[in-house]
Amino acid sequence: MLFSASSYLYPYGAGWLDALPSGRRGDGDGTGRWAICAPVDRSVPAGAGPIGAWSAPRGASAVRTGARQCFSRAVTATPTHRTIDAVWRIESARLIAGLVRLVRDVGLAEDLAQDALVAALEQWPSSGVPDNPGAWLMSVAKRRAIDAIRREKVLERKHEQLGRELEIERGTGVADFDAAVDGAEVGDDLLRLMFIACHPVLSTEARVALTLRLLGGLTTPEIARAFLIPEPTVAQRIVRAKRTLADKRVPFEVPGGDERAARLSSVLEVLYLIFNEGYSATAGDDWVRPALCEEAMRLGRVLAELTPREPEVHGLVALMEIQASRLRARVGPSGEPVLLLDQDRGAWDQLLIRRGLAALERAEAIGDARGRYVLQAAIAACHARARTAEQTDWPRIAELYRELSELVPSPVVELNRAVAVGMAYGPAAGLELVDALAAEPSLKEYHLLPSVRGDLLASLGRLDEAGTELARAASLTRNNRERELLLRRVEDCARGRVPTR
Amino acid sequence: MRFMVILKANEESEAGVLPDEGTLAAMGRYNEELVKAGVMLAGEGLQSSAKGARVQFADTGITVIDGPFTEAKELIAGFWLIQVGSKEEAIEWVKRCPLGGGAEVEIRQVFEADDFGANLTPELRDAEERLRARVSERQQ
Repeated sequence: MLFSASSYLYPYGAGWLDALPSGRRGDGDGTGRWAICAPVDRSVPAGAGPIGAWSAPRGASAVRTGARQCFSRAVTATPTHRTIDAVWRIESARLIAGLVRLVRDVGLAEDLAQDALVAALEQWPSSGVPDNPGAWLMSVAKRRAIDAIRREKVLERKHEQLGRELEIERGTGVADFDAAVDGAEVGDDLLRLMFIACHPVLSTEARVALTLRLLGGLTTPEIARAFLIPEPTVAQRIVRAKRTLADKRVPFEVPGGDERAARLSSVLEVLYLIFNEGYSATAGDDWVRPALCEEAMRLGRVLAELTPREPEVHGLVALMEIQASRLRARVGPSGEPVLLLDQDRGAWDQLLIRRGLAALERAEAIGDARGRYVLQAAIAACHARARTAEQTDWPRIAELYRELSELVPSPVVELNRAVAVGMAYGPAAGLELVDALAAEPSLKEYHLLPSVRGDLLASLGRLDEAGTELARAASLTRNNRERELLLRRVEDCARGRVPTR
Repeated sequence: MRFMVILKANEESEAGVLPDEGTLAAMGRYNEELVKAGVMLAGEGLQSSAKGARVQFADTGITVIDGPFTEAKELIAGFWLIQVGSKEEAIEWVKRCPLGGGAEVEIRQVFEADDFGANLTPELRDAEERLRARVSERQQ
């Protein structure tokens, strides 16, 4: 290996997360605006099963909530309830999407879907699970929707002394229910649901929670456990988000033109954020956190099926699949993180790599303008294709980072580029780029800057300067093992040796 | 978590009879549904055991037996690899598979590295990973 700094090179994105300055996890561009996991509360009970979760407040009436609480206590984890859980995971997004289309209100639609779920919990244990559980849930929810619309109509007449039809009835009409819910528009509805859950009118935290809830079928406690935040916080985020969507009268649509691109990019950002949260998980070893990666990948694949002509969607899928292919190689036997170039490539998941490379090919076949996800996927693919670390195509990676840097100017990307340039064209070329970043305020406390610089200097034989930089990096890192490693290399420099690993 | 969904062979599949157009179309729609839901990672149909072989290991040596093999129910005709949240979810997906009477499907969870726990010592893990490295080198 040319110099050890290179082993810090992660693809821009997930790989950086563990190493970012405090409170900045998930912050791919160094701005800190993705600090969704700030208040860490490890006291979240791990025992709350998915069914228990259905008792969480969701703005429904007290009676309904009470009913769910009864259920949640009475019925944990019998085979039928596990089946209902599974059916819910498979059907809930389509169910809710169809219902939003009818009632034009995300909160009401989710309540209706939950009502259908409660009915299933009441009836299936004795009646057995129906042959087509999805259709069963849908028909119950539709009946409740009609009731709700009629109730609302009566109320409205009473209150306003007006006989005018509700917009929802004008728009779709009760008679059109079947067509609307069962028709070929299911895919469109699902896409609309993704777009509305990730609407820019919502905070990033709310978009993440709502996406997992509405599209992923996750419960409030599951989301809370996955993000290590208190359950009431998640519940509140979801309630507020649904209220915001209603108050701002956000339309249930897939916008066209420029707005479509911006809105799609918000969906991609949310999915990648969910993925990163799972990928960077260092705490909470129960299944929920790794499952976040799987859920983000699943939703990405769903989105790719819904929008097959969008290269960035395939790019994100490719990026996630390739990064996930390294999940089992990125942690050592005693739980320590293993950096990309030190990973055992034999432990990389070849199936996910193949899937990722295929998704990247689809993205590149669509258009020539490469977006941020396609570029990151292309970088990840360079690593995935190299059988050994030494075979890595560094000139290509350096070039891809240059493109990425132009598209998404960021000091962190630039630092990555410096490492790649150093690997491709020698440490002096890399050092030149690193030195240009020295005055960058956002990297002031970022230990990888002096760490990379120290390694480049050491490779050039400037050991005194290298030692100073590495010592500075050691003082900045929050990871004990990394600090030990850095201090050992400081010692090497002091003894006049080029530090090796 | 991943599951391998194994479709058992029957006399027809073993006789090399190809599924009719209707069956193929229904299976195509089912697979499409799996893909649209983002759960299908891979899947293949297998040719009859007449085109396969068995390799038997004994203390005295290795014996190779060419197909076909007789006990159709114990043979497999195809598989899916799916990624879902639970075994129940895998079952729910399998229940939607358009198969006729007499068909049987087996659902098996795929090991993840961590499932081996303490039995997979660091040394064994290293050995396994070296092996995987060699395999993947040859594949590429």
